[in-house]
Amino acid sequence: MSDKLYLYPVWIRIWHIFNAVFFLVLLLSGISMQYASPDFMLMPFDVAVTSHNVAGIGISIAYFIYLIGFVFTSNKKHYKIECKGLIGQLITQMRYYLFGVFKGEESPYPSTEESKFNPLQKVTYVGVLFVLFPVLIFTGLPLMFPEVIIDDFFGIGGTLLTALVHASAGFFASLFLVIHLYFATMGASFSSNFKSIINGYHESH
Amino acid sequence: MVNKYKLVILCLFACLFLGGSQSIAQDVADNGKCLKCHGQVFYEYDNEWTGQVDRKPLNPFHHIDSVKMHQSVHKMFACIDCHSMDYETFPHDGELRLEAKYTCMDCHGGDDTYAKYNFEGIEEAFMESVHFQASEERFNCWSCHDAHGYELALRNDKSIVEVVELSNNMCLSCHDNKFKYGLISDDQPKQINEIHAWLPNQDSHFKKVRCVDCHTNVQKDVLVSHNILPKEKALKNCVQCHSANSVLMESLYAYRAKESRESSGFLNAVILNEGYMIGANRNQTLNNISIGIFSLMILGLLVHLILRFILIKKK
Ligand code: HEC
Ligand code: HEC
Ligand code: HEC
Ligand code: HEC
Ligand code: HEC
Ligand code: HEC
Ligand code: HEC
Repeated sequence: MSDKLYLYPVWIRIWHIFNAVFFLVLLLSGISMQYASPDFMLMPFDVAVTSHNVAGIGISIAYFIYLIGFVFTSNKKHYKIECKGLIGQLITQMRYYLFGVFKGEESPYPSTEESKFNPLQKVTYVGVLFVLFPVLIFTGLPLMFPEVIIDDFFGIGGTLLTALVHASAGFFASLFLVIHLYFATMGASFSSNFKSIINGYHESH
Repeated sequence: MVNKYKLVILCLFACLFLGGSQSIAQDVADNGKCLKCHGQVFYEYDNEWTGQVDRKPLNPFHHIDSVKMHQSVHKMFACIDCHSMDYETFPHDGELRLEAKYTCMDCHGGDDTYAKYNFEGIEEAFMESVHFQASEERFNCWSCHDAHGYELALRNDKSIVEVVELSNNMCLSCHDNKFKYGLISDDQPKQINEIHAWLPNQDSHFKKVRCVDCHTNVQKDVLVSHNILPKEKALKNCVQCHSANSVLMESLYAYRAKESRESSGFLNAVILNEGYMIGANRNQTLNNISIGIFSLMILGLLVHLILRFILIKKK
């Protein structure tokens, strides 16, 4: 049996599961609205609108709680990015994913108690959590109350612009989700990372 | 040389402008004699029996908004063009209330000047509507078209919000007013917002879509469909509007769609001039790009997965 590290405290796991559920609902209802058509719908339009609103508020609250946890626990240490040598580290990590894994090489930046993420993960997670998330929330909330959006933004409708940014950010978030899921299969075994996020223990290779 | 031309053109414009404003002044009839009472909340008259000036409240149903009247399509009319000359005396003769009123068709029927409106087509549709079916003659064109203030909405270059407001007020003047409603029915009108409780964001919807957009089917030969359908046939399916081929493009936006240039790459781009509609305003280019990126990513991951299986198995 490989080593086990306790990396994911309870609050992170609870947040993660809520985040995942809300995210899935948002993604499915979002696609359903964006591509609404009388012929085929993932779900009825009014259901999509309501569930998108509810899940949107839910994920925002969860995000807020996550931020509090981020500030007041040691969790933030995992997200510290050292700019020096970052590019080199990213290339090393990508090289590993593109060639190393196939040769059975060891991961160049294995998870430790001090740093559970490799450089590529750090950059992605910081991007998702501190760029995509705020963009989605700050465009999503006004779309729930469109009367607060200015009508005309340099000749483009304010609501249109907000909706475009929201949908684009949602698109990138959906890319993230798929990649995230795929990379989760690259743990010690195919399913070990999925177990970790439930029991909290990380299995190394 | 050039300056002379400019002067001539300027003069021409000035003449046009002055002529224009003069003819507007002539177009509006002077109805001061009647509006002295019917434009007010109270009216006064000399009481010959007592020798005093009496002051009485005017029945609000007899009140005429002169501002609205001056904006209406019939602003050039004097009151007595439509009403009997005998109204010039007061107290009005009691029998005058029996006077038959003109109908739209009396003046507009079979007149080529108004062919583009297709009054005949409208009348036919109206006769099939729930209103006429339920109440017959008691419900007529004037029930919706204010005899003293009807203004063209959609056909004039008004903003969608204004078009919607003018059109919806024609329905709400009755469905939201138990006195006017009571002229036609013994029942109380139901609360409009309760009837439509299933519709989310009601306020924004009622600002951006007309009652007739949901309560009629598109009628190809007239601009505004007049056949109000039974409530069971009203449009309830969100996707009929919120989708690529939104019915609004054939009703509320049909007139504009013909005139506007489609260039921005957005579906149903005319709607974007005045709002944004979920599901109906996708951008084709962004759509294709995003589908492309997504497919490439899936392909990449699949290849990676397969390689992982093959190469790791070999070990
Ligand atoms: C001195 C005030 C006064 C003047 C001036 C006046 N009216 Fe009236 N009018 C009334 C009042 C009060 C009533 C309601 C009582 C009645 O029917 O006599 C009325 C009622 C009417 C009605 C509704 C009758 C019905 O019951 O269906 C019409 C139509 C009408 N007036 C038209 C006119 C026209 C047209 C003029 C101008 C040529 C005019 N009135 C001038 C006071 C006036
Ligand atoms: C284009 C024709 C037209 C003109 C012009 C017109 N009326 Fe009328 N008027 C009507 C018709 C039709 C009705 C009946 C409306 C109905 O049945 O709802 C009416 C009804 C009325 C009534 C009674 C209100 C009621 O609900 O029964 C009054 C009062 C009245 N008009 C006054 C005037 C006055 C004053 C003027 C001039 C400022 C005027 N009208 C100009 C067509 C006209
Ligand atoms: C007494 C005759 C008469 C009656 C009744 C009448 N109209 Fe008119 N209507 C006219 C005349 C005349 C004009 C042209 C006014 C002008 O050019 O300023 C006109 C103009 C219009 C216009 C604008 C046409 C344009 O191209 O500018 C519309 C729309 C219209 N009427 C609708 C109606 C409707 C709807 C009714 C019934 C609810 C009605 N009218 C009843 C005589 C009438
Ligand atoms: C149930 C209410 C209702 C009734 C009844 C009604 N209309 Fe209308 N009508 C409307 C509405 C709403 C509009 C849209 C206003 C606009 O965009 O100008 C309209 C518009 C029109 C227009 C302008 C259409 C255009 O092409 O610009 C004409 C003409 C007209 N109606 C004639 C009639 C005639 C004639 C009758 C009677 C046979 C009638 N209407 C009865 C509600 C009604
Ligand atoms: C988005 C589409 C939509 C719009 C806009 C809309 N309605 Fe409706 N309306 C409906 C539907 C669908 C029903 C049937 C509701 C039901 O059966 O539960 C209905 C029902 C009604 C009824 C019948 C209520 C009853 O139970 O007897 C009336 C009256 C009515 N609408 C008036 C209006 C008026 C007036 C407006 C404009 C202010 C309007 N509607 C705008 C879709 C719409
Ligand atoms: C002058 C009053 C009046 C006006 C204006 C009016 N309505 Fe009505 N409407 C009624 C009455 C009364 C009924 C009930 C009819 C009956 O007896 O079934 C009704 C019924 C309806 C119904 C329900 C039909 C059903 O199946 O029960 C709808 C929908 C409706 N109106 C829509 C409209 C729309 C849309 C407009 C504007 C374009 C409009 N109404 C304008 C008086 C009015
Ligand atoms: C008659 C056409 C029509 C129907 C039917 C319709 N909508 Fe809409 N809806 C619109 C239009 C137009 C807008 C854009 C409003 C704007 O520009 O502010 C809109 C906007 C919205 C919005 C955005 C919120 C806002 O305030 O802008 C939501 C959410 C929505 N609709 C949900 C629904 C749902 C759910 C249904 C079905 C129960 C539905 N709509 C049925 C025409 C329609």
